[in-house]
Amino acid sequence: MVHLYENNGLKIALDVNSGAIHLVDEMAYKLIPKIEELIKNDELDENQITGPTAEILELYHQKMLFTPDTYEDYINEVKDRETVVKALCLHVAHDCNLACRYCFAEKGEYGGNDNGPKLMSLDVGKRALDFLVTNSGNRHNLEVDFFGGEPLLNWEMIKELVTYGRSLEKEHYKNFRFTLTTNGILLNEEMFSFINQEISNVVLSIDGRKEVNDRMRPLHDGRGSYDLIIEKFIKLAESRNQADYYVRGTFTRENLDFTEDVKHLANLGFKQISIEPMISCESNLPKSNSLTELVNEVPGEGPAANPDFALCPEDVPAICAEYDRLAKYLLTRKEKGQPINFFHFMIDLTGGPCAAKRLSGCGAGSEYLAVTPGGDLYPCHQFVGQPEFLMGNISDGITKTALYDNFKATNVYTKPKCRDCFAKFYCSGGCAANAYKLTGDLNDCDDLACDLQRKRVECAIMLKCDGSS
Amino acid sequence: MKHIKTITPGTLTETVKKGGCGECQTSCQSACKTSCTVGNQSCEQSLIVEKK
Ligand code: SF4
Ligand code: SF4
Ligand code: SF4
Repeated sequence: MVHLYENNGLKIALDVNSGAIHLVDEMAYKLIPKIEELIKNDELDENQITGPTAEILELYHQKMLFTPDTYEDYINEVKDRETVVKALCLHVAHDCNLACRYCFAEKGEYGGNDNGPKLMSLDVGKRALDFLVTNSGNRHNLEVDFFGGEPLLNWEMIKELVTYGRSLEKEHYKNFRFTLTTNGILLNEEMFSFINQEISNVVLSIDGRKEVNDRMRPLHDGRGSYDLIIEKFIKLAESRNQADYYVRGTFTRENLDFTEDVKHLANLGFKQISIEPMISCESNLPKSNSLTELVNEVPGEGPAANPDFALCPEDVPAICAEYDRLAKYLLTRKEKGQPINFFHFMIDLTGGPCAAKRLSGCGAGSEYLAVTPGGDLYPCHQFVGQPEFLMGNISDGITKTALYDNFKATNVYTKPKCRDCFAKFYCSGGCAANAYKLTGDLNDCDDLACDLQRKRVECAIMLKCDGSS
Repeated sequence: MKHIKTITPGTLTETVKKGGCGECQTSCQSACKTSCTVGNQSCEQSLIVEKK
């Protein structure tokens, strides 16, 4: 499969199954699909070929064009290997000091379905780390994200837990990578040295321009949060030498001009920026698939209506155009010698992940689990609070093994829409939680998210090609 | 070549030989927590693919 597209005046050919990327001229652009067809039908007479066609064929013989997809059996074999747990999302606080309007955690309360404690105790935290060490097999690198709600509401516990984690490393030959996602309200400079020493990546939530941020990210009394966090974020980013952090925002229907938010953050000096589409809300589609029958569905209230700031399929052209505008802005900064990283446009063409990693999905529900303050296990942070996805707890381990098996099996080839998608090696099959929310099927996709993902992959590749033309 | 300029030769098929060790970062732990993006992640075994 070859994906051909034009972006920013460049004609680009992505040989999907090898990952080879070529800049092509008008003639080659037109010829590639025709030759692919001829090769497929075995109708090509190579002796009669010259010019661009000969070049196309040369790349074909070098396995840089029309590379067949031979990964399905391989990924099944990889998936059959014994899986270990290597990453936990620790919900150290199911409580929040902000009331963000788009929050999937519903202000830290997770649908009110978690009736356990609001803050994770040190004891539960320690047992979670023990669970991770015990279930991680030979895996050396273990990841623990402090998440919430707002994790800094439980800061003292985080510090003690990190110390506990470090005490386990040597004996068990493990390396903990702690990460933190925070809204910054409680952040203070006394925390910086601990964070910079122990936390390998920090995600700082802010949406961009003050008016955009404050509209979506108010305090409980309605005041905006921007003024309370911005100086601290600037200082923390500087103290980390502008690396190993992200300022991370969400765009909604109300700021489809999100390039302005990236600009705003870049002009404040931030170099690692991520602005992401708001995840979709529940749809009205019935949940009817084998998985739903498999889990004990708890009858709940009807699905929540989409708020008016949710992204809609009609917004896709405008968002794609905005991604183009953003890509051009990044190029301009690069030319001026002031580059920034935009998370979703970053792509590693030489040292990127192996095919197994790219095709096996996010690992939710198998390699990666979320732990609630009370110690319950869910497939990932976005499933927390959905009773049908409660998988077990840190004392008893995973008790709903059918659910585990279901998540473990998921990969690009179990998702019909992904099999033939050119973005599959960059996307890994999308977000299972999102797909389930929208369609009731872990192996389906959120079409809106897919349209945006494909556009981002195109932009990311274009950014690598620019300057080479 | 006059008509085509290769930006990267692509090494995906090569990685099948040694990949899948699982030591790299879980994709959703990196920044966004809302999408599964792997193209931007790094392999822990940087030598797995001989860089050309
Ligand atoms: S560390 Fe490298 S080889 Fe191992 S699974 Fe990750 S990308 Fe693949
Ligand atoms: S963009 Fe959508 S269809 Fe394509 S691989 Fe990702 S989830 Fe699958
Ligand atoms: S299901 Fe979605 S939110 Fe959960 S880990 Fe996977 S990509 Fe991330």
